[in-house]
Amino acid sequence: MFPAPINRKPLPVRTLYVFAVIVILIIFLLPLAAILLTSIRPGSDISSGNYWGVPSRFALIENYGEVFNPARSPMLRYFVNSALITIPAVFVAILISSMAGFSLAVYRFKGRIALYAMFIAGNFIPYQILMIPVRTMFVKFGLFDTIFGLALFHTAFQTGFATFFLRNFIVTLPYSLIESARVEGATEIRIFRSIILPLLRPALASLGVLLFTFIWNDFFWALTLVQSDKARPITFGLSALKGQWLISWNLIAAGSVIAALPSVIVFFILQKQFIAGLTLGGVKE
Amino acid sequence: MKQAAQYKLYRMQHKLAPLYFLLPALLLFGVFVLFPIFQSIWISLHKWDGFGPMKWVGINNYVRLIGDARFISSLKNNGLWLALMMLAPVFGLALALFLNQQVKGIRVIKSLFFFPFVINLVVIGLIFSWFYNPDLGLLAEIFKIFGLKPIPILADENLATYGIILAGIWPQTAYCLILYLTGLTGVNVQIVEAGRIDGAGGIKMLRHVILPQLRPATIVALTVTVIGSLRSFDLIAIMTAGGPWGSSYVLAYHMYDEAIFNYKMGYGAAIAVVLFLVMTVFIGLFLKNIISSEK
Repeated sequence: MFPAPINRKPLPVRTLYVFAVIVILIIFLLPLAAILLTSIRPGSDISSGNYWGVPSRFALIENYGEVFNPARSPMLRYFVNSALITIPAVFVAILISSMAGFSLAVYRFKGRIALYAMFIAGNFIPYQILMIPVRTMFVKFGLFDTIFGLALFHTAFQTGFATFFLRNFIVTLPYSLIESARVEGATEIRIFRSIILPLLRPALASLGVLLFTFIWNDFFWALTLVQSDKARPITFGLSALKGQWLISWNLIAAGSVIAALPSVIVFFILQKQFIAGLTLGGVKE
Repeated sequence: MKQAAQYKLYRMQHKLAPLYFLLPALLLFGVFVLFPIFQSIWISLHKWDGFGPMKWVGINNYVRLIGDARFISSLKNNGLWLALMMLAPVFGLALALFLNQQVKGIRVIKSLFFFPFVINLVVIGLIFSWFYNPDLGLLAEIFKIFGLKPIPILADENLATYGIILAGIWPQTAYCLILYLTGLTGVNVQIVEAGRIDGAGGIKMLRHVILPQLRPATIVALTVTVIGSLRSFDLIAIMTAGGPWGSSYVLAYHMYDEAIFNYKMGYGAAIAVVLFLVMTVFIGLFLKNIISSEK
């Protein structure tokens, strides 16, 4: 253990440590606490200057109800759009990447390292280098301003990272499993479906939560490939509502909480898988 | 005869397997990622408004970039982002060392520290805009406690970029913290204990024993931080939209602005190509590292 375990130190030091941890945690999360508190504050507090004190009234239902009321704000629509974009994109990206990762990990053909490098590099490039051609193509083929188009683009883009990730996982699986299946006469598709896919399950969970947060949190592509409410995801929607709600910080806060919530929930439920995924396979536990 | 045909079919599906497993991914990635890169380079050699015909101008767009004050200030700001965002791995490591203890409840505490990383940058941008707001922000309250007049950080052309970068460092620190905490659990206990018996401790131990073992975590932390800082766009779009007076532009935002609002596709593409080339250097370094560990 490094640094030296605090448990070996005398009690006052240990108490001081716990105290310090809590203080630093509070400072670190202060912005989040502020937004949570504001999201349950009535609008009258904002206009009367009570930004940081105890809310004069508990307006949780009022604020969130206002944000989620389809007659008053399109937030619910945005939320549904985000889900319709994110969930299919995650599934399709995982499916085609597990196939590609399988190919790159198992077969020793020429150029496989180059292809592998290409998928990694593609994942790191700046979005702007793709922006004009992709936008032009979207307009030309009727994909512009559609949920399908945005989901399709995310699927394609995340394939780079996902293939990199899964290829690294498949390489660690015992090759003898595949060989013995071949001896029994199994086709390659069967090997992939009945041997590899079941073994991939833990990796797919990691990858799934990562892709979910990447796509859910996207702002740039929503901004470039969508323009109307019918396809606008929640990140873009929230930034658009910022102008409309201008000084209603309690509503902006509630909207922000809603926009952030799905990634946060996914993170807390699948925390272990999430962290395993984030290290890009580069950091061994 | 039938058996021979069947065998041939079996051989075929085996031989073609690498191809058909790769095909869907390659197709999607090719159409939406690889091909557009070349198209952008091509567009950058033209004058184009996005609708009409393209006019060949050679490297003219690049020549114009050199004389464009906004481009130069964007480039400078990108440098600033890159340099200051490097604080995130440092803070992340410091926090990881601080939290790498086994006391009651530490697991929950750690995951609370990871929190900012999963929140999207639009929300983070909004939170920080509000934090800096001179009328109702927390920063203003703090200034008032000390009897000072609140500074409108995001409306000040000398401070806006720093204000945005701070908002960027926050989630990035959480990311680096995750990487380093994972790395620390993998540190060899015996080597650490042996070092302790030899009288090494504190900074000395950190430098000679711990950091070398954290190398993989450091490589990933540096890579994602460099890429993240060069990609910075969301926070700028949300917090200042490049202002005040263009003082918080970076290449990514400058490009977007030229292409979407000024319809200068060729010029915008040239900015994107420059950004792409800058990032290629870092991507190349990361790839070299990965490929060499492959062999």
